[in-house]
Amino acid sequence: MDDLDALEAQSIFILREAFNKFEPLGLLWSLGKDSCVMIWLAKKAFLGRMPFPAIHLDTGLEFPEAYAFRDRYSKEWDLDLIADDCPPLEEVDPSLPPDSRLAARKSLGLQQAIDRYGYKALITGIRRDEQATRAKERVFSPRGVDNSWDFREQPPEFWDQYNTDFPPGTHVRVHPLLHWTEVDIWRYIERENIPMVPLYYAKNGERYRSLGEMGITLPIKSNATTIAQIITELDETKDPERAGRTMDHESEDSFERLRTTGYL
Amino acid sequence: MGTEIKATDIKIKERAFPIVIVGHIDHGKSTLIGRMLHDTGSLPNGKVEELQSSCDRRSAPFEWSFVLDSLQLERDQAITVDSTQIWFHTETRRYVIIDAPGHREFLRNMVTGAANANAGVIVIDAEQGVSEQTRRHAYLLHLIGIPQVIVAINKMDLVDYSEDRFKEVEAEMTAYLKEIGLDAQAMIPVSAANGENLSRKSYKMPWYTGLTVTDALDAFPRVAAPVERPFRMPVQDIYRYDGRRLIAGRVESGQLEVGSDLTVWPTGRTAKVLSFESWATPKEKATISAGESVALTLSDELFVERGHILTLPTAGPRTANTLSVRLFWLSKTPLQRGESLTLKLATAEYDVVVESIDTVIDVDDLSRGRGHEVIQNGVAEITLRCRSNITYDLFYDLPALGRAVLIDGYQVVGGCIIEGGADVETASRNLTAVPQSVSSDERQVANGYPGAVLWMSGLSGAGKSTLAMALQRELFNRNIYVYTLDGDNVRNGLNRDLGFSEEERDENIRRVAEVAKLFADAGMIVISAFIAPTNAARAQAREIIGDRFHEVHISADMNVCESRDVKGLYAKARRGEIEDFTGISSPWEPPENPDLEVNTGELSLDDSLGKMVRYIEQRVLQAKDKAISSNH
Ligand SMILES: Nc1nc2c(ncn2[C@@H]2O[C@H](COP(=O)(O)OP(=O)(O)O)[C@@H](O)[C@H]2O)c(=O)[nH]1
Repeated sequence: MDDLDALEAQSIFILREAFNKFEPLGLLWSLGKDSCVMIWLAKKAFLGRMPFPAIHLDTGLEFPEAYAFRDRYSKEWDLDLIADDCPPLEEVDPSLPPDSRLAARKSLGLQQAIDRYGYKALITGIRRDEQATRAKERVFSPRGVDNSWDFREQPPEFWDQYNTDFPPGTHVRVHPLLHWTEVDIWRYIERENIPMVPLYYAKNGERYRSLGEMGITLPIKSNATTIAQIITELDETKDPERAGRTMDHESEDSFERLRTTGYL
Repeated sequence: MGTEIKATDIKIKERAFPIVIVGHIDHGKSTLIGRMLHDTGSLPNGKVEELQSSCDRRSAPFEWSFVLDSLQLERDQAITVDSTQIWFHTETRRYVIIDAPGHREFLRNMVTGAANANAGVIVIDAEQGVSEQTRRHAYLLHLIGIPQVIVAINKMDLVDYSEDRFKEVEAEMTAYLKEIGLDAQAMIPVSAANGENLSRKSYKMPWYTGLTVTDALDAFPRVAAPVERPFRMPVQDIYRYDGRRLIAGRVESGQLEVGSDLTVWPTGRTAKVLSFESWATPKEKATISAGESVALTLSDELFVERGHILTLPTAGPRTANTLSVRLFWLSKTPLQRGESLTLKLATAEYDVVVESIDTVIDVDDLSRGRGHEVIQNGVAEITLRCRSNITYDLFYDLPALGRAVLIDGYQVVGGCIIEGGADVETASRNLTAVPQSVSSDERQVANGYPGAVLWMSGLSGAGKSTLAMALQRELFNRNIYVYTLDGDNVRNGLNRDLGFSEEERDENIRRVAEVAKLFADAGMIVISAFIAPTNAARAQAREIIGDRFHEVHISADMNVCESRDVKGLYAKARRGEIEDFTGISSPWEPPENPDLEVNTGELSLDDSLGKMVRYIEQRVLQAKDKAISSNH
């Protein structure tokens, strides 16, 4: 068993726990590399078919390549796709900086999906190495009634004994990739040959390292056209992964504010 | 960034090695991490500069620990909140650090992080030395199963890089670790703030010839999945596909081949393994082994559900309805005897009751004592009882099935490792399985009052026996069933095998309390007149007897008692002729919160008696109204 096997086994264990304990359950599919890996893992966990819907919070602002990818692989992967439109920008807290408001639309879209379909828990592809605030997460992470995240009052979680019983009204986020790193993700994509939105691979000296909506995600300079090259590039870079996400840099605490109010 | 380490194939091809850093708050954990990240070239571009300018803006001095405190709130409070994960690499591999904060109330975060670590670093301030928190963290590392540790004795700059001081701290820590059964692979003098002995050898401490911190870390082997141990697979779920039944779960230990016989616990039924199922794997599997998440089919449709354990027929797990566990308690509310909890062991959940709190362990000096509760972050040996049989292994045999978390309502409140499960308890289950045909409520109604125990304690000569006899006569005259337990009628019979050592005194009190409880259950008012010198002893009696326990302190000054010296015992004790004489040569702890205090030094015998009778009238004889009315 090598280390990718170990990561895979751990994630499958988590996905199966989630499926056993929460009904209805959904998986948030951002179309990005992490959530695609997650769907792949779910197909492994459940022997070929993911037994819960893949939810795409659609802002209408994804790259065309991303939409094409969604339409193709939702069929090929036999997904039960839910892709409702997020509420319009007018409904977002106007005190947030402009680019963060777009992300905040997703928070509203998320809330809408929860209200509409009654999900008890949602599986998301966040990783601890992505961003400092995410490092504080738990694998099974309770949210308050208002979808808020209290990072001070995180329950203890050890020996893979995930607490899955929460008071009524609690909404739960499940994070099967929490313990993966960006390099792990790419190594796994390479090994398993998982299809990805082509924007991750360099074209004309640029590629996307982290994929968000058009206008708020910037490409990085890169000549990496293969996964092997991406891995080498990541190994040498010391720039943070989300450097291309404009909202992270708008104000020192905008990411934290989004996070405590329910953004992924 | 001067000492940058170039990426190598080794580090990228391997999963990060998880380590945890623990130690007393302010002993320099965060500094050590921040500095190590920097020295190994593991920080993202601009991180130090960003923090530097952020410090300048706030006119605060730069601290290496700020590297970790990226969360605004943490910076404001200047404490690390949670077990943050941080990645760095040395020349040989990648690491993920689970930063374990030292603040006492954050222990559950440390446990969360540390449970996933392959190794631990214990940081100690050379100037301050080993603290209570240092010991608590080390103890917990051991308890949650961290197999390997190193100790960094930090802030050596503050003690002039003194070898003598290092040796002192080293000796103290070595002694403690030895006692808890943890063996440090290295003890390293460091100055985190200055990068001494972190990733480069220190010229300031030429007397130290051992490993640097990064070298010591690189020397740790990865903890391997227990492939060589007996096969165990807790059932996680059952999936039905195209009419086939797939049993899903993770192999916790051992290996299994297609065609093997499997036994299902606790049912004990056996079937053959037909196949291992998977999707998008290169070739069909014929063997599964520890660490893998799998799905398998069996030859027969046995009853299997989540929580069951699959093993080979030859090397099965243990089963018992009563477990002896070593517990660490994380809840703010202390754990008490009699509490009902959920025990989550592998994928099974059991309703258990805390049958007894056997030993409370002071992790600071490792002393073991009796106690009636376990407070937050405390460690204790307790006994858990379940109505059904629990399938388990001993922690030291197979950790994954020898440990469990405890859940109270919606909260994880503790963790425990299983050290035994006994047949003795099975026997006592059979005894208590027969319910009394007359309940104590019925007895209370018939008698007109509930059974009760008046537990009198006080120094020799305080007047316990005199008062007990007077009270007994008074109650008897009122047609109340009353009986007095005292040294004479118990020591000569039931307890004649006991002497006066501390343990024997405790056992004496335990038996007296059990007997008193039986009498009270039978509906009697029991007066007990023993010295019961310690709070722990009385707490135990209260624990055994429960609600019927009334603590009465017969409080006369030592001087008064000694001047009375009815039996001449004080004089003898003073001459050294009696060993372990309470108040003189063995300790006396006056009750802290007695239900009633009777000062025989100030009151006459009649007044003292009157006070006790009034107490009984109000608190015991009247109590029947409350108890009965609460029934409808
Ligand atoms: N002189 C000196 N001070 C240190 C050293 N390491 C840490 N400190 C100081 O000790 C204090 C506490 O350090 P910190 O890393 O926050 O401790 P933590 O609570 O264990 O994470 C800070 O003021 C540090 O600057 C050291 O090697 N030498």
